Amino acid sequence: MRNLKRQLLAGPYILWMAGFILLPVLMILYYAFTATGGNFTFLNVSSITFSVHLKALVLSLKLGLICTVICLALSYPLAMILNSMKAKSQGFIVFIFILPMWMNFMLRILAWRMLLSNNGIINSLLGTFGLPGIDILNTPTAVVFCMVYDFLPFMILPIYNAMSRIQPDIIEAARDLGAGSLIIFFKIIVPLTMSGVVSGIIMVFVPALTSFAVSDLLGGGKVLLIGNVIEQAFMQEYNWNLGSGLSFVLMIFVIASMALMNSRGDENGTGVW
Amino acid sequence: MLRKSAQRIYLFLIFLFLYLPIVVLIVLSFNNSKSKVLWGGFTLDWYKKLFSNSAIMEAFSTTVFISLASAVIATLLGTLAALGIDAMKKRGQAVMLGATNIPLLNADIVTGISMMLLFVRFTRLGISTVLIAHITFNIPYVILNVLPKLKQSSRTAYEAALDLGAAPLYAFRKIIWPQILPGVLSGFLMAMTMSLDDFSVTYFTKGAGINTLSTMIYTEMRKGIRPEMYALSTLLFLIALILLLFMNFGPTARKEARP
Amino acid sequence: MKKKLLLLLTFFSFLLAGCGRTDSPNTLTVLNYGKYIEPKVLELFEEETGIKVEYEEYITPENMYTKYKAGAIDYDLICTSDYMIEKLILEDEVSEMNFKNIPLVKNLDSSYFEFSKSFDPENKYTLPYFFGTVGILYNRELVDESKINSWDILWDERYSGQIIMADSVRDSFMVAQKRLGYSLNTTEEKELRNAQELLIQQKPLVYSYLVDEAQDEMIAENAAMAVVYSGEAGLALEYNEKLAFSVPKEGSNMWIDSWFIPKRAKHTENAEKFLNFLCRKDIAMMNFDYVYYATPNTQVKEALDPELQENSTIFPPKEILENCEVFKSLDDASTMKYNLYWKEIKSAD
Repeated sequence: MRNLKRQLLAGPYILWMAGFILLPVLMILYYAFTATGGNFTFLNVSSITFSVHLKALVLSLKLGLICTVICLALSYPLAMILNSMKAKSQGFIVFIFILPMWMNFMLRILAWRMLLSNNGIINSLLGTFGLPGIDILNTPTAVVFCMVYDFLPFMILPIYNAMSRIQPDIIEAARDLGAGSLIIFFKIIVPLTMSGVVSGIIMVFVPALTSFAVSDLLGGGKVLLIGNVIEQAFMQEYNWNLGSGLSFVLMIFVIASMALMNSRGDENGTGVW
Repeated sequence: MLRKSAQRIYLFLIFLFLYLPIVVLIVLSFNNSKSKVLWGGFTLDWYKKLFSNSAIMEAFSTTVFISLASAVIATLLGTLAALGIDAMKKRGQAVMLGATNIPLLNADIVTGISMMLLFVRFTRLGISTVLIAHITFNIPYVILNVLPKLKQSSRTAYEAALDLGAAPLYAFRKIIWPQILPGVLSGFLMAMTMSLDDFSVTYFTKGAGINTLSTMIYTEMRKGIRPEMYALSTLLFLIALILLLFMNFGPTARKEARP
Repeated sequence: MKKKLLLLLTFFSFLLAGCGRTDSPNTLTVLNYGKYIEPKVLELFEEETGIKVEYEEYITPENMYTKYKAGAIDYDLICTSDYMIEKLILEDEVSEMNFKNIPLVKNLDSSYFEFSKSFDPENKYTLPYFFGTVGILYNRELVDESKINSWDILWDERYSGQIIMADSVRDSFMVAQKRLGYSLNTTEEKELRNAQELLIQQKPLVYSYLVDEAQDEMIAENAAMAVVYSGEAGLALEYNEKLAFSVPKEGSNMWIDSWFIPKRAKHTENAEKFLNFLCRKDIAMMNFDYVYYATPNTQVKEALDPELQENSTIFPPKEILENCEVFKSLDDASTMKYNLYWKEIKSAD
């Protein structure tokens, strides 16, 4: 099975990758380490230490982390429920969670603005029941809320996938041998779904770290994330060098956090994927 | 019983959370007022206008073409790549996966601009450049969906089949393929969805006069989004919904069911 | 498997080969803001001249600049805002316009060419398309109308959490600079710092910083005041009768969106034909009806309802315009300063 011939199947992809993934990254690296004139410089990368940029990075890490934790907390029980329902086909479950994305992203975010705003739909509803309104629009809370909304499927799906792969026999065997529900959960279900959890975390944390559209629209422009700083450098300041430099720093952060997750995954005896 | 209903409520809340904004948009597509925020009565006007607007229809067909074609090609490339990566040694796998993740690591604009810079150097921007860009950011989703299935698939059955004299391709088709098929399908779906939803990468890699739904919606932001867009999004959503129901209850459902 | 691989590779080579499309000779590649032209105008132009228009839209001038500078597409004609045109003129990206080939330019009010001189000093490069000012769109039931004629009201604590500011560097700075009595093109360190301080001081009162959604928020009555472009205000007034628009007495920004022909244009003649077409009365009228911004075309304005002509939100009166300044392009060092100060405002607590 592990033969050279089969490895060759990855050939076309490797070519594709070299051309369309690695080359563009090299261009980013070139911009990151040069000044506008083309001279070598560290300034773009080291500008992450500017207090504004550092603050934005810390806020991004914080919100990204909160978002990931919430997604995980929501998804794990959900995956268990879905799994216990014995859905007819896995494709169906996957589809239900991806389906919302068939509505344009921007339109969905704008819909959330309408729902959450001062005179919005949710507040009017709360008002008719005599309940106090919620006032989270244009705050970091709204940004996290919408990030969770946006990335939740990416946490649910891998966990559900991993869970649906657990053979019922194993659980039955454990039960026959006298294991209680808690033991089964911690000794069998958690370890066996760890690979799904890890890929879920990566697929949520990484985009959360780099996102900018959500904070622009639901943060009311008052929440400055590192993604916004990079977007602004590219789109408002014509400073591709700064944008690339900061992107490079962000890439390092992402790779580091992935390596960390990788090593955690290995301890549990499963790979990331 | 209590537990069952608690589960139901939880499930309901999650789906409400995911589908609430969509309900809002669908309602807006029937709103007889150009404003996003005021209700002016029920109308089907936007749907009628939609079909008589050639620019929107063209953007629609471009969108469908790009997301379908990019998803098909990405699924092909990605599945082959997953098979290859699975056969590699640990180190090789780590390198390949690291590189695969790059498109997921960068902010969209960074990916979009860097690809534009690359394309401009070698060719003119057109619809093919959009397609290439979409395939590129789609492949990781396919690989990430297929590879876990491969890892979980039972190798012993495949090896036994080979020992019993089956040709590798035959053994693959009979043993590995059914096991990874759900992964391939969900990879395809995700790829198509991502491509459908993308703005930044499309914007920077498209040639003059080419529009997808996303680029059309975004360029309308400043002066207010046309209600036709809500109508079109609703239609697209309904098509997907029908597809979903068909997949679950239609004739193909059996094929896809879990073993 | 090998066969499949081969098939795949041939497919890719086709794909790549497909990229190199050839130029069709009689085309015109136009780049404009989103929703900034009546689509029928394009169809009519194609019918009348047989020139195929490749029409492309963008969102912000900066988006446009990025794509243009990368050399991604050879545009023949671009419409964008004053300061961006000046930047491109300074970078030697704009070619001189041959007004002899655009006879209908006589339909445009010459005073707008005077205003254009701030970014195109000799009126050599640009043709005005639409213009307007920046002011405060406000809800008459929520705001003390006697105070609305000054930018000061945006710092009034009574309106805490009800103020929408513009989410763009220059537009927000403009408000503070005008309130302090500075030029909106100032590059003086001290004046910039003062303006920045004022904006940081204002931040707790701000509901949100928005560009495109301000109009919707005001229509929905989610805020009491918003800093918006006059054209957007004109549209908002149509939807909600409680809204009104005011350009404060300290002065404001006047913006002019104009057409220019970039140096890399391949079809200059077609571009000139198109510009002439746009100046034609019937066409300019169609465009005005669609875009609903102030047009410099005198023939169109004269043909409108007197009531609409008098509408000071859409057509800013001369005395207001004379009190306004047009943005100039800043040098790199000042741009960086503005951007850094803006980021500091955005990340302030």
